[in-house]
Amino acid sequence: MKNEEKKQNHNQEICHLNPDSEIFFRIRAFFRTQHSPADFVFRTILLFSGIMLFLLILSIFCSLIINSMPSIKAFGLKFFTGTVWDPVFEQFGALPFVAGTLLTSFIAIIITIPFSIAISIYLGEFSKSGAYSGLLKNSIDLLAGVPSVVYGFFGIFVIVPAVRYIQIRFNIAPYGVGILTASIVLSVMIIPFAASLGREIIEMIPSEIKQAAYALGSTRYEVVRHVIFPYAKSGLIAGILLALGRAIGETMAVTMVIGNSNMMPKTIFAPANTMASIIANEFTEAVSNLHLSSLIEIGVVLFIVTTIISIAGKIIIRKFAVHIS
Amino acid sequence: MMETINKRIFKDRLFTIIVVVLAFTACLPLLGILTFVIKNGLSAINVEFFIRLPKPVGEHGGGISNAIIGTFIVVLIAFIIATPVSLLTGVYLSENRKSVFSEVLRVSIDVLASIPSIVIGIIAYLWIVKPMKSFSALSGGCALAMIMLPVIIKSTEETLNMLPLTLREASFALGVPYYRTILKVIIPAGLSGIITGILIAIARIAGETAPLLFTAFGNPFMNFNITKPVNTLPLVVFNYSTSPYEQWHTIAWAAALVLLIIVFTFTLIARIISKKWKTSF
Amino acid sequence: MENELLIVQNFYAGFGRCNILKDINFTVYQNKITAIMGPSGCGKTTMIRCINRMHEFSPGATYSGKILLHGEDIYSMNPILVRRKIGMVFQRPNPFPTMSIYDNVISGFILNGIKLQKQEKDKIVINSLKKVGLWEEVKDSLHRRGTFLSGGQQQRLCIARALAMNPDVILLDEPTSSLDPKSTLMIEKLLEELKQTTTIIIVTHNTAQAARISDYVAFLYLGELIEYGATKKIFTAPEHKKTEEYLTGKFS
Ligand SMILES: Nc1ncnc2c1ncn2[C@@H]1O[C@H](COP(=O)(O)OP(=O)(O)O)[C@@H](O)[C@H]1O
Ligand SMILES: [Mg+2]
Repeated sequence: MKNEEKKQNHNQEICHLNPDSEIFFRIRAFFRTQHSPADFVFRTILLFSGIMLFLLILSIFCSLIINSMPSIKAFGLKFFTGTVWDPVFEQFGALPFVAGTLLTSFIAIIITIPFSIAISIYLGEFSKSGAYSGLLKNSIDLLAGVPSVVYGFFGIFVIVPAVRYIQIRFNIAPYGVGILTASIVLSVMIIPFAASLGREIIEMIPSEIKQAAYALGSTRYEVVRHVIFPYAKSGLIAGILLALGRAIGETMAVTMVIGNSNMMPKTIFAPANTMASIIANEFTEAVSNLHLSSLIEIGVVLFIVTTIISIAGKIIIRKFAVHIS
Repeated sequence: MMETINKRIFKDRLFTIIVVVLAFTACLPLLGILTFVIKNGLSAINVEFFIRLPKPVGEHGGGISNAIIGTFIVVLIAFIIATPVSLLTGVYLSENRKSVFSEVLRVSIDVLASIPSIVIGIIAYLWIVKPMKSFSALSGGCALAMIMLPVIIKSTEETLNMLPLTLREASFALGVPYYRTILKVIIPAGLSGIITGILIAIARIAGETAPLLFTAFGNPFMNFNITKPVNTLPLVVFNYSTSPYEQWHTIAWAAALVLLIIVFTFTLIARIISKKWKTSF
Repeated sequence: MENELLIVQNFYAGFGRCNILKDINFTVYQNKITAIMGPSGCGKTTMIRCINRMHEFSPGATYSGKILLHGEDIYSMNPILVRRKIGMVFQRPNPFPTMSIYDNVISGFILNGIKLQKQEKDKIVINSLKKVGLWEEVKDSLHRRGTFLSGGQQQRLCIARALAMNPDVILLDEPTSSLDPKSTLMIEKLLEELKQTTTIIIVTHNTAQAARISDYVAFLYLGELIEYGATKKIFTAPEHKKTEEYLTGKFS
């Protein structure tokens, strides 16, 4: 009886100390384990650096918004519908660059998809080890490491002439540089990224599922088509989304081959500018406050768009991983 | 399943061929890049190239010693700024895996990682170049540091999360205080992963150009003063390759070659460390 | 003559709102082996983790009551000092992977920043390794990593590591559950010898092991201490029906 009473008391004590949350235990545990001042200092430093980092990101965002205020005030939503970008008359409409970014990244993604999925299938399903897959894997890793300025350089000397050759053959004004060229260079850059994501996704698929299909006498094509694709669909889409985020933010390679025209692009062969490349081109030359602020507003849009895309992609991948396990 | 066996096998073969062709076609650019860079760059590389300053258009010879030193300076600044904070934050995240603040912090770090590097350049410009009224190596280093941060934090956190819980318990059970356990047991056990992350981050920022356009800016002269603009290899590649002079193109190829060698060396060392120097439990 | 070394009084512990240990009372005698047995999940690990205050590292850990060491409540002492006085060996051997065998033995000193002379270090290493019977096996490879040893050797290295700190009590949490029978036997013999110099509390869910090596046995069931007493008595004439059922394998 006495024991029973004690147990009751203990329970009550805990309930009394714990008003429906664990926070109390955390705080008490924190102080109980802080018997050495050095530990307290150390934990505080850790927490402090975390807070610093959080503040850094917050202030990046605020700083961008504040500095684009003049442009936001001057143009409002017309900033995104205006097609004239004229620093001399202080007229800034960003639609040509929005269009440039959308076109280049969209075309780049279209080019990327077959290649990156082929690589993912080859590395994730056809041959996971061996000389050829090793070669492929290492090449992809090396390609992923090549700085974008080198891609741009390569683009100038290889892809621009190639596109110009095609333009001459088809009787189009032979600029060489332009949206299509930029898209091709972009796709070369993001294929390694999309492919390695895709491989990880395909490797996550439990092998029992594939074994079952093979055991039923399916060919490899049928397994890929009817088992792997349906199963990995969301993951692969997320991978492509993340690659799209990359393409949108990519600056150097695009700047070097897109032709730097502030006009609204009429065809995919036309020279243009993307949101990133206009910043790269004009930021150091911007004399007026409004010009600078307009460029920063474009930066804000880039920031928001890439953030949304990357977080969406990560959430889908996380859900996919949970769904699989 | 009405198709005949032969048709199915044919489809499978065709599919295999398409996959293989596409997969290996995607690697051709690597071959192209390497051939171009080596073929065009190697001819310009000699001792002068590494120890001389650039010459004006029309004059032969000259080197890019200022850009090599400049790259070194900017990367060093970024390394010094980014490493301590990111290590501490990585440790914080792996030590407080489930707290609400950690979740918020993780999302913020994902956001930081997804910011286009040109936008990072804008920030460094607004925060450092504008108040100091001068382009500078320091602002370039800070921009690169912001790019390094998420890479090191992620790799540190992931490395430490993989360590078995028993390791820390062993240390605590010996009466070792928390801070000593982290510094002397946990971090040494994850050191190879942490160093790998740092090297990969360095390889990544060594080739960055966009954030340097309006921070480090470029400089035809040698400069050791971190409050003044410096030249870097990626800037040389960009400025010289987009110039109309044949001779400068050669220098750009050579600079690209040096840059590629630096980037690949760091990546290679990182790989060797993560393969060879594994802590076994 | 039996000295009371450690007294557990009205002890409660749990995680969050979930109580695991309820009103535990028992006394551990000096230079004896005390075994804690019970079906898995009954709170044995929680019990000994409370004895060197490792329990409070678990998220949401709660506890109340007293554990007296030499008459002093360990919960009013500095936990770091408590852990230095009460050593612990875990279920799975966990030598420090970055340290040599030599450094592993004196890791308690190294990690706590206690400086020792070379001779002192050598003496401690040799003594500790000899006590656990590992000296002959590793004396030529003292500077190799501890993780190269076999499981049984690693576990003895972990015991040596705890012994090097010269603790009043050593806690062992199912130290042989991941080892082969030969290594198990070796460790059991070793504990019999160690009893001359230290006090040992060992958790085991193997009743035969408890019978073989212990002087006192505590039987825990669903977080309650059902019975505590001299091993002989409990194994021959248990007072409680539950104990008898457990010992005869009615449940496990
Ligand atoms: N960290 C923890 N958080 C919450 N509950 C736990 C934790 N560790 C153990 N428990 C619970 O405490 C009970 C006793 O666990 P334990 O002491 O490990 O048992 P034993 O060692 O006797 O097998 C179990 O029911 C287990 O589910
Ligand atoms: Mg247990």
